[in-house]
Amino acid sequence: MEHFISLLVRSVFVDNMVFAFFLGMCSYLAVSKSVKTAIGLGIAVVFVQLITLPVNYLLQTKVLAADGILGVDLTFLAFILFIAVIAGIVQLVEMIVERFAPALYNQLGIFLPLIAVNCAIMGGSLFMQQRIGLPADNSQAITCFADSIAFAIGSGLGWMVAIVLFAAIREKMEYCNVPKPLRGLGIAFITVGLMAMAFMCFSGIKM
Amino acid sequence: MGLFSKKNKEALNTPLFKENPVTVQVLGICSALAVTSKLEPAIVMGLSVTIIVAMANVIISLIRNTIPMRIRIIIQLVVVAALVTLVSEILKAFAYDVSVQLSVYIGLIITNCILMGRLEAFAMANKPWPSFLDGIGNGLGYAMILVVVAIFREFFGSGALLGIQIIPQCAYDAGYLNNGMMLMTPAAFILIACIVWYQRAKDKSLQEK
Repeated sequence: MEHFISLLVRSVFVDNMVFAFFLGMCSYLAVSKSVKTAIGLGIAVVFVQLITLPVNYLLQTKVLAADGILGVDLTFLAFILFIAVIAGIVQLVEMIVERFAPALYNQLGIFLPLIAVNCAIMGGSLFMQQRIGLPADNSQAITCFADSIAFAIGSGLGWMVAIVLFAAIREKMEYCNVPKPLRGLGIAFITVGLMAMAFMCFSGIKM
Repeated sequence: MGLFSKKNKEALNTPLFKENPVTVQVLGICSALAVTSKLEPAIVMGLSVTIIVAMANVIISLIRNTIPMRIRIIIQLVVVAALVTLVSEILKAFAYDVSVQLSVYIGLIITNCILMGRLEAFAMANKPWPSFLDGIGNGLGYAMILVVVAIFREFFGSGALLGIQIIPQCAYDAGYLNNGMMLMTPAAFILIACIVWYQRAKDKSLQEK
């Protein structure tokens, strides 16, 4: 349980998907013009991450690994299978949400297909694959199914925190007099850089 | 139509500066920032992406008339994932150290927006040869930004280029210090911002609003 919480907190703040690993930058820059849409996309990412990461964890440990049910080391197939699982689950989630939660669907609608090619999702699965092999006393290690859920929630939430904060800053920045060549993309990058610096303070936290 | 007609040359040239995938189209930022703390992985990453974009463009362009519109994204993803797997295995076999440094970012080429963007915008509507040139152009445009950022980060961050010490020992003896910040994440964001700034100050048509 202790490891669960430490992994979760760590992946929100210390190993933040955006500020520590640069993942999911494309949609991060494109969909951060207002806080409301940022929250929508953030929730969608947490949601999809929470489903795909544990599924990929089971796939990696039970099927692809050398000691899985097939008894053959198939890890070289991981890229294709992970992306297929992600694309398939995004499609599935879209249909289920549309059927059972139309209100949520109307909010998330346009963002769901975007998420299939969001590197934060694929990156989460690839980091999970890398961390399975770590020794159990490492604070980043993913040793059981519960750990993969903690990492999924943490990395998704971390991304959401990052995009919501960034969108809030960008909304305020509308009123600023930015030099012409820096407007838009340039100042956005500088803002993210400064936010990343602020988030570096968390890296001193030991749990 | 010649192999290097005006239109084909444009497909190759415009992505290098005017339509640069990173600074103008804002595609593929994730890996552009993550692998640039040293020059060597940046070059390998740039070349890998160039090869994969060019190959994927050719393959998709060859089968573009047989792909059903509804499932094209999945087909594109599978083609790209297969190519990325190939490149990743080749790197593991012949350049193991670099592939360890690049870690998950090689796998993340699959979700690199440059690929999906070019496949959707160019390969689905053009013949294989122009698509190939477009892929090479975009890949090199991307590689160029990577290399520029990596040169700055490695030079100021560890005083070296390609692992070879450039700043002499006497400078360190005289009190010069490496800027450790350059190796951290924020420096990458700010360097890209500077490149965007420079490019947009030069070319006013790219400025926003």
